[in-house]
Amino acid sequence: MSVFIDQGTRLLVQGITGRDGSFHTRQMIGYGTKVVAGVTPGKGGQLFDGVVPVFDTVADAVRDTRANTAVIYVPAAVAASAIYEAADAGLGLIVCITEGIPVLDMTKVLPYLHERGARLIGPNCPGLISPAQSKVGIIPGNICKPGRIGVVSRSGTLTYEIVHQLSTHGFGQSTCIGIGGDPLIGTHFTHCLSAFQADPETDAVVMIGEIGGTDEQQAAEFVAKGMTKPVIGFIAGQTAPPGRRMGHAGAIISGSSGTAAEKMAAFARAGIAVMKRPADVAPLLRERL
Amino acid sequence: MNLHEYQARDILKRHGIPVPDGEVAESPAEARAIAQRLGGKVVVKAQVHAGGRGKAGGVKLAANADAAAAQASQILGMTIKGLTVHKVLVTPAADIASESYVGIIVDRASQRPVLMVSAAGGIDIEEVAATTPERIHRVAIDPRYGLLPHQALGLALRLYRDVGQARSAAGIMGNLYAACYAVGASLVEINPLVATPDGNILALDAKLVIDDNELDRRPEIAALRDASAEAPSEVQARQAGLTFIKLEGSVACCVNGAGLAMATMDLVQFYGGAPANFLDIGGSSNPQKVVAALRIITADPHVKAILFNIFGGITRCDDVANGIVQATQQFPLHVPLVIRLTGTNEAEAVRILTAAGFPALTDMDEAVQQAVARARAA
Repeated sequence: MSVFIDQGTRLLVQGITGRDGSFHTRQMIGYGTKVVAGVTPGKGGQLFDGVVPVFDTVADAVRDTRANTAVIYVPAAVAASAIYEAADAGLGLIVCITEGIPVLDMTKVLPYLHERGARLIGPNCPGLISPAQSKVGIIPGNICKPGRIGVVSRSGTLTYEIVHQLSTHGFGQSTCIGIGGDPLIGTHFTHCLSAFQADPETDAVVMIGEIGGTDEQQAAEFVAKGMTKPVIGFIAGQTAPPGRRMGHAGAIISGSSGTAAEKMAAFARAGIAVMKRPADVAPLLRERL
Repeated sequence: MNLHEYQARDILKRHGIPVPDGEVAESPAEARAIAQRLGGKVVVKAQVHAGGRGKAGGVKLAANADAAAAQASQILGMTIKGLTVHKVLVTPAADIASESYVGIIVDRASQRPVLMVSAAGGIDIEEVAATTPERIHRVAIDPRYGLLPHQALGLALRLYRDVGQARSAAGIMGNLYAACYAVGASLVEINPLVATPDGNILALDAKLVIDDNELDRRPEIAALRDASAEAPSEVQARQAGLTFIKLEGSVACCVNGAGLAMATMDLVQFYGGAPANFLDIGGSSNPQKVVAALRIITADPHVKAILFNIFGGITRCDDVANGIVQATQQFPLHVPLVIRLTGTNEAEAVRILTAAGFPALTDMDEAVQQAVARARAA
């Protein structure tokens, strides 16, 4: 098994004919993801690569193809609107790869999704992958191996680094989830931890956080109260100066809060094994499993 | 993006918030002319993107126009937290009966804009939050309905006993909330919001931080950027589409992805070195970006070694390798280069680098250790 996506995932790609959308659609199809529809307004009726039907609207696509998951590759200026459209069409899982959505737009998007019971992963995230089953987003499939470790992260390439360490040392993954680097995101560490705890085919979880906000502290509380499976944690940004946005809009130490030290201490208090560097992941897992 | 106080004041004023008269001067003569027009006592305030201007001597009272010119000549050109002052704001010295704080910030936990007020105005709100958190009152605003009148008045009554004053303050809060969405602010503060002895409520100082993600769709706000208030290397990086933050160490880091960039800096420290910068060359990096990155990095005389850490996904390792080779053809590198790359098109990248005489590593720890050792040996 896995969490959020599996062989039953029927994917719809918003922005399928764009530069990023078309490239990653081919990668996802190549990986074995069931891409059942694409949406680009004005291009309805075309076939993408002669295989995937393109629709003008998400609602049309869902009606004709029974898509159950959307992935969004459209430009930032129209990304919030793409999320609204996916939620309106009744999709239960929406993955937004696009970076650069204004945070004030997200203050309106999130309650809209909540009212419709839709789960958003991202924005500004690499998506997720359940190795050998389905890939939604941009995580390189070749670094992943099927297995029993859940991975959840706020980052992209740092996740690849740690997944690569896992795969090389014989730890395959049930699902890897990139929740995104923005201050307001749809799915938090706690949601993913809870899903991994409930998944009978996940034995342990690797959680990769960074400076900024208090998501990791809340995750630590959740682990202390509600998790029986081992959790290994990493926090990026120990050397980050306060007050500066470290690339990710959410990665900023404000005043004395959101520091790496504070988060690592919260992890340790909750019984989470804290990695000092990415290469610690395999040894710590071996210790805890 | 940070705005200067005078820019923030203009925005608040346009949204119906009362601010004192005042103008910006770039020379003592201009400051004198403004003070003359205002008449009476004035305050001369440094316009820099740094807190603690008052403590640093960047805010001075002047009894008349000549004194204003003298204060301006002291303040213009001075350095506050590493930033040179190019402009001063000259405003009338207001008589103050009380000082409060009003601010709006997007709260990550509640995922809503939160309006915060405190009767402890005029001082750093972080300090109030740390020492007397009970003196801060807040309400999370549901953006579907906006700031509701009773929410604003309820908070305003925490600041003023007089209901007339409270109504004025509530009106200011409503306008502040509207301004926040209108300009795309991630933080807006009035500190202090003052009551004058005759009972008027005024915004005496304002701080506005714009969400960088808003700038594309708000060119009129983007035009307010003051590049002279930023480190030149950071301006250059932004123009090249890179995210760069200068630090004090000697190991320059050139990485794809923000999380991996931070983790690389941390690993440099773990192995006893100090990172010279944060640099994210971004996702689909073309060779030109790598050239620009190397140009910026090598301009820093403190850099003793350069470390590339690339995990190819969307980023193609061969693009990065080509960028490195092109850069070394355009300008000489006087410091050692340690290159780690793995992932998409790794083999091609190694071939390109080896042909140009650069060894390439595939392990992150090994590369960081080498870079730290090279920087130390230099």
